[in-house]
Amino acid sequence: MTLTATNLACERNGRTVFSNLSFTIRSGQCAELRGPNGAGKSSLLRVIAGLVPTAAGTLSCDIQHLHFIAHQDAMKSAMTVKENLLFWCDVLGGTDIATALNAFNLNGLENDPVQLLSAGQRRRLTLSRLFLAKRPLWLLDEPMTALDATTQELLRDHMRVHLRGGGMVLAATHGDLGVKPDQVIALGAMP
Amino acid sequence: MIAFTAILKRDIILGLRQGGGAGAALAFMLSVLVLIPLALGPDQNLLRRLAPGIMWLALLLAVLLTSERIFQLDYEDGTLDALVGISLPLELVTLAKALAHWLAVGLPLAIIAPLLGILINIDTTALPILMLSMILGSLSLSLLASIGGAITAGLRRGGLLVALLILPLYVPVLVFGVSATSAETGPTGSFSSLLVQVAITMVSLVVQPWASAAALRAYFR
Amino acid sequence: MQIFANPNRFFQIADRAMPVLWVATLVAFVVALYFAFFNSPADYQQGETVRIMYVHVPSASLALFVYVLMAVASAMALIFRHPLADAAAKAAAPLGAAFCFLALVTGSIWGKPMWGTWWVWDARLTSMFVLMLLYLGYMAVWRAFDDPHRAASLARIVALVGVINIPIVKFSVNWWNTLHQPASIVRAGGPAIDKSILWPLGMMFMAFTLLFISTHLVALKNEVRARKIRAEKLKSMGNS
Repeated sequence: MTLTATNLACERNGRTVFSNLSFTIRSGQCAELRGPNGAGKSSLLRVIAGLVPTAAGTLSCDIQHLHFIAHQDAMKSAMTVKENLLFWCDVLGGTDIATALNAFNLNGLENDPVQLLSAGQRRRLTLSRLFLAKRPLWLLDEPMTALDATTQELLRDHMRVHLRGGGMVLAATHGDLGVKPDQVIALGAMP
Repeated sequence: MIAFTAILKRDIILGLRQGGGAGAALAFMLSVLVLIPLALGPDQNLLRRLAPGIMWLALLLAVLLTSERIFQLDYEDGTLDALVGISLPLELVTLAKALAHWLAVGLPLAIIAPLLGILINIDTTALPILMLSMILGSLSLSLLASIGGAITAGLRRGGLLVALLILPLYVPVLVFGVSATSAETGPTGSFSSLLVQVAITMVSLVVQPWASAAALRAYFR
Repeated sequence: MQIFANPNRFFQIADRAMPVLWVATLVAFVVALYFAFFNSPADYQQGETVRIMYVHVPSASLALFVYVLMAVASAMALIFRHPLADAAAKAAAPLGAAFCFLALVTGSIWGKPMWGTWWVWDARLTSMFVLMLLYLGYMAVWRAFDDPHRAASLARIVALVGVINIPIVKFSVNWWNTLHQPASIVRAGGPAIDKSILWPLGMMFMAFTLLFISTHLVALKNEVRARKIRAEKLKSMGNS
């Protein structure tokens, strides 16, 4: 399993966000995506997720499905934690929600409507989507924001287990990811 | 298929539970109904003659009112981002959402609207056929609403645009919906109107998944 | 279709054709208007007002034709991803809307002496009215989105769904019309058109079509220029 970008470029609204970007992420590798605001970190993740087209270059990826966790949580506040997880479980083709509930200690919150959750709990709920269905590639946009120290450590553990099992992680971050990256992809501000 | 029913189920729940869904549409219909006699006068005969048309207009506007939300909320909270990558084709995702809109908003209103017509002295012998034509018509209304909703998914204030885009598409639904109950047509006329309504629904069913999915894809390029 | 392959080449040819087109349009209008006003008979029933037809009928047909053209251009943009196709559809919309508006206004003016009222919900006027709404919706989509690529992709869908809608609207409005108004107003084209009217009408058709082609070319060129200016601006912003 590899994800290879060759001379990748991305354009938003007619402006070049980044260009000539090449990297390879192999099975079991973690890549850290760094760069100032507006350098195109989120855009790159969206390109890989297939939500934004490439303007130039190629992106070859021999996996079909991946997890993309961004700032928006894709959870409905009018539904309970369990209803939300069951929905994504069915949609993503998973089998059960027990693993997801356990992964970030959401047990006991199943029947609470999402609108009553705190920001941190909501963030944990968002991240638990990673455990509804197995996906070899995790795309994480600022995964550590709004998480307390315990949960950050929890997420790091999950990432290490995922990598050890042959998974891949590409995480955009400003701060410290805490997992030693195999490579750092640096995006500079465009001239 | 599991994904299809999951989307269907979730959207029905949200339609019934969230503000601005089915409940708001029903309340809107009631407020239109109060305004009608105030605008036209309380003449019972006049109201009786206009009742089917008025109820059709109320249904149409109520469905239109909720169309903007079909995709907008999912677009804003990132649900659409996650739905694009699943194994279910985007066409079927939009179809599931359109059907859910019908089941949560269109269908209940289509059943309630003829009964509310009693408040404006509707001819009660025409109620069954009006209900039948409204049930059929509301399905096309929801399908067409989904096209407009998909086009304006990313617009914060897409309400007026969605109305301008959808109302011309509603013309045939309205014409044949009303003509099914119109006294001038008689029973055979009613029957052929209903058949044409079925045809319009079929056309909407073919066009909707393609048009809605194409519109959503425009947001991912 | 080869001529559209390269926008620059297309505009070289268009620039050379422009003066010829304008002269042809002008000549066609002078001749057609002369025939329409001075060399065609007044109707034995409608009198001089029949001459409104020479404006009304061509603009109504063009309104319909331009929408179909827009849909064809949109389909080509969808299938072949040709950069000029979207611009052609966008440039055609206000022209089509103008023809549609002209058809509605002249229809209304014609209706006053014929029907004794400015507006009658006649089947043709009604479907023309809906066509006008389709034009307005299409143009509104172009204005609603900041990102021109997104606007283009969405406008294509609007044009194509609209063109499916037109015959269905036409059919339903005819049905509705026969239901509500018995044959007294529906004149179904009236008696067979005499040759003395057909010739001037044909010339007016020519003149209107030439007018559309010329104005459409100008609008298309403006659209392409606007895109170039936008691209230049973005480039200079990126460099600063």
